Amino acid sequence: MTQTSPTLYQRITSAKLFWPLLALALLLAFNLVFTKGFFHISIRDGHLYGSLVDILNRAAPLMLIAIGMTLVIATSGIDISVGAVVAISGALVAMLIGGTLVLKGGVQSYVTLVPMPVAILAALAASALAGLWNGLLVSRVGMQPIVATLILIVAGRGVAQLITNGQIITIYYKPYFYIGNGFLLGIPFSLYMVLAVLLITLLVTRKTALGLFIESIGINPRASRMTGINAKNLMLCVYTFCAVCAGIAGLIVCSNVKSADGNNAGLYFELDAILAVVLGGTSMTGGKFYLLGSVVGALIIQTLTTTIYAIGVPPEITLVVKAVVVFLVMMFQSQKFRRVVFGKLSKQVAKS
Amino acid sequence: MIGKISVKYLSLLVTIGLFLLMYGFGSVMYTGFLSPQVFLNLFIDNAFLGITAVGMTFVIISGGIDLSVGSVIALSTMVSAHLLEVSHWNPALVMLAVLVIGSALGLAMGCLIHYFELPPFIVTLAGMFLARGLCYVISINTITITNDFYTNLSQYRIPMPGGSFISINVLILFAVVAAAIYLAHYTRFGRTVYAIGGSEQSAVLMGLPVARTKVLIYTMSGFLSALAGVVFTFYMLSGYGLHAVGMEMDAIASVVIGGTLLSGGVGYVFGTLFGVLILGTIQTLIVFQGTLSSWWTKIVIGILLFLFCVLQRLFETGKGLKIKDKPAAKASELGAQAS
Repeated sequence: MTQTSPTLYQRITSAKLFWPLLALALLLAFNLVFTKGFFHISIRDGHLYGSLVDILNRAAPLMLIAIGMTLVIATSGIDISVGAVVAISGALVAMLIGGTLVLKGGVQSYVTLVPMPVAILAALAASALAGLWNGLLVSRVGMQPIVATLILIVAGRGVAQLITNGQIITIYYKPYFYIGNGFLLGIPFSLYMVLAVLLITLLVTRKTALGLFIESIGINPRASRMTGINAKNLMLCVYTFCAVCAGIAGLIVCSNVKSADGNNAGLYFELDAILAVVLGGTSMTGGKFYLLGSVVGALIIQTLTTTIYAIGVPPEITLVVKAVVVFLVMMFQSQKFRRVVFGKLSKQVAKS
Repeated sequence: MIGKISVKYLSLLVTIGLFLLMYGFGSVMYTGFLSPQVFLNLFIDNAFLGITAVGMTFVIISGGIDLSVGSVIALSTMVSAHLLEVSHWNPALVMLAVLVIGSALGLAMGCLIHYFELPPFIVTLAGMFLARGLCYVISINTITITNDFYTNLSQYRIPMPGGSFISINVLILFAVVAAAIYLAHYTRFGRTVYAIGGSEQSAVLMGLPVARTKVLIYTMSGFLSALAGVVFTFYMLSGYGLHAVGMEMDAIASVVIGGTLLSGGVGYVFGTLFGVLILGTIQTLIVFQGTLSSWWTKIVIGILLFLFCVLQRLFETGKGLKIKDKPAAKASELGAQAS
């Protein structure tokens, strides 16, 4: 019995979360050695303050999108329009809130064009609509996901610029800044949103059969239809969900920088999100998915960026370092590469 | 059989028809639109996009994707500008160096994609980050090119009948398109590309040189992007890390509007040329219209993409069960990987 069961080492390395966590741990270990005060967390004005908190806060939009993207990729689809949805959501919320500082009898008060909850709901509704459009194209028209979402990536930025009239809209409404910069019980408010979305998604996909359905669509859409899974509607939901996640991320991004830029908000988010999902161990061919892995993947990307800034490397070459890390992680995740390299190693060990 | 062939060419015909329709619309609506120079400007202003899109066509026909093209163009302009203005190299050597760098990047990505079975999307994404990052390593500022050879070439006008002219870039574009059409339809390499796009497994089983061809496709795309970068340098006479941002999407859009299926196996270089011309015509129309803002270009391209994709779906369903077999093939592939 003991001989057939895998060793502890094998069990650990075969766990899907192992590789992304190892990468994150290595990055953090690197910081422990080379960056002074990286792990230093202090309390200022009643909330936590430090590099680690900063990473978590800044990674929030990416984590949200990565969660949505994981489900899309699990159905063997892809959504490259999330960056455009971030821009649309941000543009809409900035346009609707606008905001001016008004002095009324010596008391400063903020005035919005429409109430903030309405603006937020409108932005999320627009995002859902964008997702619905993607979902309809994929599930009903039967387009390939990359083509269907390519349409929105091209047109979406145009729409965002149409909303903002091609300008950068600045928001002058303090309560709105809370979403991206506020703290609740000492922890960035955006993290609660990530946590809520993550928990709901985990609950819905792991405690019900929904997760299995999504995986089965990713492995074989035809067979899952034969078994009675409503693949079309499920795909519609998945794309809508992903776009809503992107919409929430858009709210955070917009609140973070206190403005909306139709051109550059969420630029390359789709690529970072897909990267986070792949780093997290979910295969791009669909099937099994790992929500926690994707969240870890998003954290890896943000830690990497923060590390590069922290160790004083010129920010211009961030992209080069990112490319190298993507390359390394990619190689280690490639089973073939692991077989070629470690296969030889273990053979040599066995010989000697 | 006849029906099948006509379906194959139908989407090409639709693309060409749409181009003529849009150009005709412009000619009727705006005075001066029909002048030979406006037509030739389509080529002059989009030569770099055309050259890149040709490389992208091969990649997409083989069932892959190359996201790195825009960054490789930026890197090419940056390397050219730096070598010319800072290191004072011979212009011919500069061009050679740029083309070698582009091809080497493509070769490396092709090897990763084929030999380590990594998804093209992620590999070329890393390539995109790398090339864009290398631009900033060279310089974060614009480098203006004042080299005599480059400025002369850039301003050289080849007279055409009717008082119009074309630039050197257009000649390069035509040469690339002609070579690509020959390569795609009259060589073993071209047939292998189509075969890989149709079904890679079958291509392997047929004994086709899949490994060599796949690596070559990405090398070619890298080479053509670098060539497009050289052409773009002539066009802009500067090197800048933010040149050609998002160009990869324009290139993919031209290829799709040109009638190539993103699922691979179907497409024509000739169609891609018209895809590029359609994108150029939209821009020209918006310039002539005058009141519409530039972001309408994106929306119109998006709408066109949508129409084309729906149209392609109609053709696909017309062809019958061909596409429906794909998931099954994929499942067996997955099974093979799992075992």
